[in-house]
Amino acid sequence: MTLGSVPPKFKVTIDRDECMDCGRCIENCSYGVYRREGDRILIESRKCTACLRCVSMCPRDAITLTEKPVDYRSHPLWTREAREDIINQARSGKIILSGMGNARDLPVIYDRLLLDACQVTNPSIDPLREPMELRTYIGKKPSKLKFRKTESGDVELDTKLAPNLKLDTPIMIGHMSFGAISLNSQLSMAKAVAETGTFMGTGEGGLHKELYPYQDHMIVQVASGRFGVNIDYLERGAAIEIKIGQGAKPGIGGHLPGEKVNEEVSKTRMIPLGSDAISPAPHHDIYSIEDLVQLIRSLKEATEWKKPVFVKIAAVHNVAPIAAGIARSSADAVVIDGFRGGTGAAPKVFRDHVGIPIEAAIASVDQKLRDQGVRNEISIIASGGIRSSADLAKSIALGADAVYVGTAALVALGCRVCGNCYRNLCPWGIATQRPDLVSRLDPEAGAAQVSNLIHGWTLELSELMGAAGINSIESLRGNRDRLRGYMLDEGMLKILDVLPAGA
Amino acid sequence: MCGIIGFIDRTKSRMDGSSIKAALSLMNERGSGDGAGYAAYGIYPEYADYYALHVFFDNLAEPKKKVDELLQQWGEIVHQEEIPTTPQPGIRKVHTPWRYFFKPSGDLMAGRMDSEKDVVTYIVMEVNANVKGATIFSSGKNMGVFKASGWPEDVANFYRIENYKGYIWLAHNRYPTNSPGWWGGAHPFNLLNWSVVHNGEITSYGTNQRYVEGYGYKCTLFTDTEVVAYLFDLLGRQHELPHEMVVRALAPPFWDDIDRMPEKEAELNKAVRLTYGSALMNGPFAIVVGTDDGIVGFTDRIKLRPLVVGENGSKLYISSEEAAIRVLDPEVKNIYTPRAGEPIIGRFIE
Ligand code: SF4
Ligand code: SF4
Repeated sequence: MTLGSVPPKFKVTIDRDECMDCGRCIENCSYGVYRREGDRILIESRKCTACLRCVSMCPRDAITLTEKPVDYRSHPLWTREAREDIINQARSGKIILSGMGNARDLPVIYDRLLLDACQVTNPSIDPLREPMELRTYIGKKPSKLKFRKTESGDVELDTKLAPNLKLDTPIMIGHMSFGAISLNSQLSMAKAVAETGTFMGTGEGGLHKELYPYQDHMIVQVASGRFGVNIDYLERGAAIEIKIGQGAKPGIGGHLPGEKVNEEVSKTRMIPLGSDAISPAPHHDIYSIEDLVQLIRSLKEATEWKKPVFVKIAAVHNVAPIAAGIARSSADAVVIDGFRGGTGAAPKVFRDHVGIPIEAAIASVDQKLRDQGVRNEISIIASGGIRSSADLAKSIALGADAVYVGTAALVALGCRVCGNCYRNLCPWGIATQRPDLVSRLDPEAGAAQVSNLIHGWTLELSELMGAAGINSIESLRGNRDRLRGYMLDEGMLKILDVLPAGA
Repeated sequence: MCGIIGFIDRTKSRMDGSSIKAALSLMNERGSGDGAGYAAYGIYPEYADYYALHVFFDNLAEPKKKVDELLQQWGEIVHQEEIPTTPQPGIRKVHTPWRYFFKPSGDLMAGRMDSEKDVVTYIVMEVNANVKGATIFSSGKNMGVFKASGWPEDVANFYRIENYKGYIWLAHNRYPTNSPGWWGGAHPFNLLNWSVVHNGEITSYGTNQRYVEGYGYKCTLFTDTEVVAYLFDLLGRQHELPHEMVVRALAPPFWDDIDRMPEKEAELNKAVRLTYGSALMNGPFAIVVGTDDGIVGFTDRIKLRPLVVGENGSKLYISSEEAAIRVLDPEVKNIYTPRAGEPIIGRFIE
């Protein structure tokens, strides 16, 4: 090869004075950075992904990991990344794959939105002393209620409610499939959502039987590959989600490499062992909104109209009218996944360049549904890059009913966002099926970490609402009056329909 | 902070405005001289079948011409006049208050609007949003709102409020904090026969506003109270909810309480919260609403603003302060404070 290799990204060093030669770094690194030669531990920095497993496990804090300075001639246009991608593709002729969310340095709208708080004229509410209601129902709502008077003069309800999911907190865990992530990861999250009174998605990987005890907290996904989908699967879910698109890779299907398809995965997905699980870009029975309506109806029919059906789409330029079309179908909720959404594997060019920010998508979808008079009849679930309770509160104020978190839940499990999920080598036992790695994640400990995170955000959301003088989540939803934009341009302020700071 | 009063005589015997003026002035501690207002029902018996449109005009040239044209386009004006006023040292007359007695024309409405009330609502929204220099601040039948920037007594004297006789009275003494002290921003707020006086701040305003705007209402008066009138019109008139149910939607019981209710009642309350979550009002408030068939008073769900009820025979009083009720009726019998969110409803006896 005339191209040679690209310079390593990270530099790993061991402080030899501190090192006690225990060898834990060797054991822990699934990428093979460390090896023993005689009485010395050698380091191959080139293989490092900055997953930080070694740093976290070294008993002597002897390991230092730094980002290696750029070795290229600096250039504002021809960045290191641009050049390396070209070198890699010149060598391979292939699509460049990547894991996790968009890694480009773009401004984050959430960080330029500021929440409100009360002073003097309306009292802030203390969530420790007053009730604070975060309970959220996801599903279809009637546009108005009808009552009838009984002979005795009592008022009785004449409208029948459609089935809704009852969430104790507006935080759910998004769809990450068994296959993409390990069973222990799914188990950790399933226990956590059951404990915190919320829900998680199965992803398009079927429902493993070990998750059956938590099925009342699972939203089963029907994606274009239809992996693991049968009537038993549909009936076990608390709700069903049709995945049309995903924020990290709008417009393309999914790809689970054969290495990750072990026996359990193959059984759960109902596909041959070791085969690549490739879900097509479109559903081959959905080529129009009418087709989607039919699928929604068939799924409802199959489950006797007892379960809400969600439709998930990626946030794309035309997201508002698409969501409006979905709202006028029989769907109970529309899930919008923004361009910062994570993934096990996606072509890098998609992950980094296709789609729009979730903040803008929520705002425009909420407005469009209102303009068409259907906002109250359908729920909006937002996802794709929600990092904190502040992002959560801002999403709801922009118009979402609830959010899905993905990466945040994985980080709670140990993920260090190294972006190598597609290699089946995740050293934290999350995005891998290798038994030795999977066993590193204890589902009990994992569940405690994830439910702590949900608890923590829930408390913070209560405090934020209390500070704003609001004691029920309904009054935060779509309350853009309680947001101000800071350093956002006029066009974006208009889309978000928020006033600038100081106004 | 604000002071509010609601009064109804359930037998429809009418009372003049002098004692309301006295009662409201008693609560001057709750005001800042930036706005006061009165709503009285039963004051225009000779025009009872016509919508009484009260309008603030910045001048009687251009804006009035536009309003006249709009009204003539949609119906018939049977009478119009400047609302009689007497200059007061404490009030700078920035607008000319005017009243029209108007009836939408059946022919014009055909196929375009469902009812006379839709036409009147449309006209109010259209004028307030698009006619510069004109604000319709009252649009009900056989009732009217009188308001301005100033202290309660001055506003009452300005409009000679003692000359009006009504069986429902609402009054408001304003201490504005989050919006300008202009005439249109004084309470009561009105649409059709709904009139609202409010003490507090609606922290859910953004949500409520976007909800009602989805149904064609336009919030143009720069204050959160306006939205209450539209919520009552939407839920009470358009969705035909009984008054108790409107209050249930605006200030619903907590989920913990709903969970403890018998199944049927729980289901009903759940349905109200799910369907009307965007109408739920948050923040500190005490509100009295005048309607076609009586008055409704209620507070927010944790009662961050005071509200006192008094009764005496066919008369029901709701106010921020007991002392104000005692000024209105020194003989008042039954005085009590309602629970948070509990609707107090005074209806006419048929
Ligand atoms: S884990 Fe730390 S102490 Fe153990 S061998 Fe590696 S660097 Fe040395
Ligand atoms: S899940 Fe594992 S492989 Fe993927 S980013 Fe996180 S630590 Fe890296």
